[in-house]
Amino acid sequence: MIVYKYLAEVLFYALVCLTFAGGFMAVRSKMLMHAVLGLAATLFGVAGLYFHLGSPFLAMMQILIYVGAVCIIIVLGVMLGNTPDQLAAKKLTGRNLPLALLACATGFIALFVATISRTEFTAATEKVGDMSIEFVGESLLLQYCLAFELISVILLTAIIGAIILARGGREEKTS
Amino acid sequence: MMISANLNTYLIIAAVLLVIGIYGMMQHRSLIGMLISSEFILNGAALNFMAFNKFVAPNPAVGQIFALFIMGIAAAEAAIVVSIIIAVYRKYQSEDPEDLQDMKM
Repeated sequence: MIVYKYLAEVLFYALVCLTFAGGFMAVRSKMLMHAVLGLAATLFGVAGLYFHLGSPFLAMMQILIYVGAVCIIIVLGVMLGNTPDQLAAKKLTGRNLPLALLACATGFIALFVATISRTEFTAATEKVGDMSIEFVGESLLLQYCLAFELISVILLTAIIGAIILARGGREEKTS
Repeated sequence: MMISANLNTYLIIAAVLLVIGIYGMMQHRSLIGMLISSEFILNGAALNFMAFNKFVAPNPAVGQIFALFIMGIAAAEAAIVVSIIIAVYRKYQSEDPEDLQDMKM
């Protein structure tokens, strides 16, 4: 049994490496399609981390919604929008690059110090449920019913808004 | 102690995702690149919620539900932003954010 524990640990390191490599690729790549590929790799890595955190349901949802839907929408946006290559490949230059790195490093170090040294998180003494899908579904339909309905309204509004925005200029051309 | 069973590990991974998103937001000079970077920030937030859900929270369903809501919001946001980008491209024939001087379409 101890073998499985170390295997899971090795898998955890691999997932973290996949996450960070995807992020590096998304930020530094010269083509937008490669950036979307890096985003998909990161999303797969985060799905594996959800698996490690004890929720296979959320890992499946991450792959289904993020990798399956959001990435495909962004790919469609890349293809339809026709971003010129020199704009996509434009990098931070001159004084801006050290300033951006400094801002990111400052934010990360502030969060790192706050996480490592200052804060002491104590685990809850007793849990009211488990991580199962049954409990999640029950809470979703009883305790968080209002939020559940509101997010469906938001999705409906987003669909209608996307249709209206995307077909906006088309009628003027035909008439 | 296993490093994968530690709250701080996940918090630091989420912080790295946040920083990657912010750096990408500054680095990319196209609207789609900015959208991609914003997904990293949202993922870092969702990972934070799941980590606290596993190690701290008394009710283990709350973090999962919140992460699901973040996914739903991100899907709606991506659809809206892509359609806005298409509309902007149709109007300005450009995807450079520096060309977008006025809000009126």
